[in-house]
Amino acid sequence: MKIRKIYDTMEYGPAPESRAAADEWLKARNNEFQLFVNGQWESPKSKKYFESFNPANKEFLARIAEAGKKDVDRAVSAARKALPAWAALSGHARARYLYALARQVQKHSRLFAVLESLDNGKPIRETRDIDIPLVARHFYHHAGWAQLRDTELPDYKEVGVVGQIIPWNFPLLMLAWKIAPALAMGNTVVLKPAEFTSLTALLFAEICQNVGLPAGVVNIITGAGETGAAMAQHKGIDKIAFTGSTEVGRIIRKATAGSGKKLSLELGGKSPFIVFEDSDLDSVVEGVVDAIWFNQGQVCCAGSRLLVQESVAKKLYKKIRTRMEKLRVGNPLDKGIDIGAIVAPVQLKTIEELVQKGVDQGASLWQPSWACPTEGYFYPPTLFTEVSPAHVIAQEEIFGPVLVAMTFRTPAEAVALANNTRYGLAASIWTENINLALDIAPKVKAGTVWINCTNVFDAASGFGGYRESGFGREGGKEGLYEYVKLKVEEGFQNKPVRLGKARVKAEENGLPALPSIDRTPKMYIGGKQARPDGGYSTAVKGANGHILGEVGEGNRKDIRNAVEAAHAARSWAGTTGHAKAQVLYFIAENLAARGQEFVHRIIQMTGCSPEDAQKEVDASIERIFYYAAVADKYDGAVHHTVSRNVTLAMPEPIGVIAVICPDESPLLGFISTVIPAIAMGNRVVAVPSASFPLSATDFYQVLDTSDVPGGVLNIVTGDQDDLAKVLANHDDVDGIWYFGSQAGSQMVEHDSAENMKRTWVSHGKYRDWANPAHGVGEVFLRMATQVKNIWVPYGE
Amino acid sequence: MILAKDNHRQMKNNVKPKELTEAPARVPILPLDLDAIKGIRVNRSAVERRAATLGTRRTVKKEWQAAWLLRAISCIDLTTLAGDDTPGNVVRLCAKARQPVRQDLMESLGVGELKLHTGAVCVYHNLIETAVDALKGTDIPVAAVSTGFPAGQISMKQKLSEIRESVRSGAKEIDIVISRAHVLTGKWEKLYEEMAAFREACGPAHVKAILATGELATLTNVAKASHICMMAGADFIKTSTGKESVNATLPVSLVMVRAIREYYERTGFKVGFKPAGGIRSAKQSLEWLILMKEELGNDWLRPELFRFGASSLLTDIERQLEHYATGRYSAAYRHPMS
Repeated sequence: MKIRKIYDTMEYGPAPESRAAADEWLKARNNEFQLFVNGQWESPKSKKYFESFNPANKEFLARIAEAGKKDVDRAVSAARKALPAWAALSGHARARYLYALARQVQKHSRLFAVLESLDNGKPIRETRDIDIPLVARHFYHHAGWAQLRDTELPDYKEVGVVGQIIPWNFPLLMLAWKIAPALAMGNTVVLKPAEFTSLTALLFAEICQNVGLPAGVVNIITGAGETGAAMAQHKGIDKIAFTGSTEVGRIIRKATAGSGKKLSLELGGKSPFIVFEDSDLDSVVEGVVDAIWFNQGQVCCAGSRLLVQESVAKKLYKKIRTRMEKLRVGNPLDKGIDIGAIVAPVQLKTIEELVQKGVDQGASLWQPSWACPTEGYFYPPTLFTEVSPAHVIAQEEIFGPVLVAMTFRTPAEAVALANNTRYGLAASIWTENINLALDIAPKVKAGTVWINCTNVFDAASGFGGYRESGFGREGGKEGLYEYVKLKVEEGFQNKPVRLGKARVKAEENGLPALPSIDRTPKMYIGGKQARPDGGYSTAVKGANGHILGEVGEGNRKDIRNAVEAAHAARSWAGTTGHAKAQVLYFIAENLAARGQEFVHRIIQMTGCSPEDAQKEVDASIERIFYYAAVADKYDGAVHHTVSRNVTLAMPEPIGVIAVICPDESPLLGFISTVIPAIAMGNRVVAVPSASFPLSATDFYQVLDTSDVPGGVLNIVTGDQDDLAKVLANHDDVDGIWYFGSQAGSQMVEHDSAENMKRTWVSHGKYRDWANPAHGVGEVFLRMATQVKNIWVPYGE
Repeated sequence: MILAKDNHRQMKNNVKPKELTEAPARVPILPLDLDAIKGIRVNRSAVERRAATLGTRRTVKKEWQAAWLLRAISCIDLTTLAGDDTPGNVVRLCAKARQPVRQDLMESLGVGELKLHTGAVCVYHNLIETAVDALKGTDIPVAAVSTGFPAGQISMKQKLSEIRESVRSGAKEIDIVISRAHVLTGKWEKLYEEMAAFREACGPAHVKAILATGELATLTNVAKASHICMMAGADFIKTSTGKESVNATLPVSLVMVRAIREYYERTGFKVGFKPAGGIRSAKQSLEWLILMKEELGNDWLRPELFRFGASSLLTDIERQLEHYATGRYSAAYRHPMS
């Protein structure tokens, strides 16, 4: 009779995936897990445990060790002990281990998928078809990089012991994104999964044992925020990689400031999903489903802000509502479910509160007519219309199945709305007009741009944020740099390295005996000479103790003006590589023409020999030639990702970069740091050497004659650390380079946390700027750019 | 241009509603509206992505699967379109259409009373009368392919007379082929006129418009052709003749089904859909049913609005049903052939 009834109603029935194997796995371990340290399971020294639950039905799953400080110590020293042997292995040997891990993940894929669904609440369809296959893919891809490291990155070596803290939304996938590149590059790892979702990481630890991974290479310690904090502050860790909220990312940035730890952060997002009127609206609707109803919307790159061209907004909203009615929320282990459970009650509460704020602020809420299951933590798909950027729900990351929709009139307004956020993780652009798509993609501030698709991932493509969505990339070649360092860094000195020695008096070097005319070096802002706002000047003494001149004492307002001028010159980013090269060559030409003048100035200031001064000028000219040469050659890549997709990895300028130049080298230090930033399309606010500022102030006359657009390079003289602090605390500065003391480095990293500036600091280590291995090269270009990956599917 | 004409009244006398409680109004010929197709854009990659997940987002198991497979059978246009068709094999086909699943198997599924039969029997013109005779006493309509099937490269006059002759011979459904050239050269008025003329020639018989999507080059063309044929009075739009090198695929079906939805939302008329060619497994048939349910709704899970053009599909479904009933994997020879 039942079949007869279904024949009439044509309902879907239940289609549960079996959980027997996962239950058996848990039971065989008495539902209790220890810490995986040095290849073994250890009870926590903290003696503490916490419990993990299934959010779909609140059932107890396991009791899990909570790592305390001593446990972190043990894990770090195990990783340290394992490091030399692991790093000394051949790339091929490491490749074999990574390959074995990939195979193991595939062989146990269903157990991983079911366990992940139980622990996290995400639908089995997603863990089975998306998470776990991507995990295997990531290990395969990086087995390849392990094999290739020594030939592809011959100048680099491993960073050392890496601490990795991952979130609960893609537990095993984030583990793979962290562990695979770390191991491939020869690092050893201490990884902490999120406290809500430890289980697949613990199963992964067993797999590490199975493949015979040397003890201590991978350590998995479970715990919550305190454990993570202990890792972030641990002196034995060389690098922290974190994925999670911007709030916690900021805390970690501050905690690690000045420690010399390398840091990569993959943080929150409020990614725009831009729909133009000529798009395939039915496909857009499915894109929306993939964007915001994937993984219950608990996706850092979720397309959570729908921006629709006014002309099609009503039509699209109607289609989306119709589609929402058909979404199925329920038991995550049911194969026919679209939306599973929210990970934990605390997250559900956040969602409910933000939705309430949206309602209170007057946005129009719509939810499907059907009801969610009540036994677990479920939330229905939700659409807000009549939202404006002023609403909290348009600005804050909700991390739930809640879409907020706004309309725009023109492409320019779409870009403005898209970028009206502190975040910059991803964007999705829908149009059938390739001109429009490729016009908008570079204008949107986001590390990943999906054209006519969304939430597509592949190990061969880098993923990571702009702005407060963090820095660093995961995946692809660009992701490897987070796990290596230049071998040459080990040759950096603890004291400033001067070019040449102060050994002769200026008078003895054939300088004019007559007193010079009192020239007044000013600041250089927006292509014009500018007097210091404060009206104070500082004397600059020459090597012989005589006063050479006075430079302005820059203050907050000079910095403010310089940053504004730099922003006004944004069109520099869009000029061709060739045009930038032309300007740079012209600078070199004009510098050469005035070479003697610069030689004399260096002698005056530093008291070095004419030969050394000449060397500094010559090296400066050569360096400018180098960056002119690469201005049209440092380009991107097309990644091999999914089929029928051109994935463009485009290096884009960071934006406005503050450069605190090396104090020890008047001209070459200035040129070596400022020119690469400009060559890549950034606009620079430079704070030149405070001891020898006059080469930089002389330099603006070169700029004036070299067709450098006003605002591209701004020079503010004054106390370097004071000005660095102002710049680090300026929210409209996108990056800051600091070549100075350890204390200054710490301040810059710490104060830059507020807007998540890209920082590049010297940690009190000093380059020999005359040495090309220290002072010029690809690393300067990489630091001056961030990679945007643009996914362009094709096929008519 | 051919004016819109409402055949509604005339139709009522000829078509008996079977399962629906009230007869749906037969779709009329509506005026050509080129604006409606001007803005059509189809993004192939996005369509393929959706099509690829239809069968992974939804599934039916156990008794649900059995029920759905029975429903699939009710929607099959059991087809033979071969040069060597004779009255002999067509009579066999009709017998199978009447009793698609062994009665003992039907009873063990608890649906002995269902009186299940296929949606139609589909043959070439020469075999219409044989089929009509063989199906006497049932509600099973005979469908005939027409208009110079499969390529359609004959004169319009011949096409129209072929339709009229087939209707006179007793075909209740006519599967016409459109002139692909009209689509490939963008002559939408011509396509509209051709389709409307076919519809008129069909008189009371329902008309299914075969787009031969494998020869239309782009999905945008498929969508536009779907809309034009619906405006011109097609009761069904159908993917393929089964003779093209690429026949029914899920992406192409998705595009056509979305066109049907759009047309319904714009005009209030429900047009049917028939994928044909290459659908051979029970699993595939479920994917198409899921497609219809997800994109259009339950109304399109009935033979009035949904058909499979298939010949070997039925055998696989029978085997799956027996597997459900007995727990044993079945063999084809256990099921009566057509």
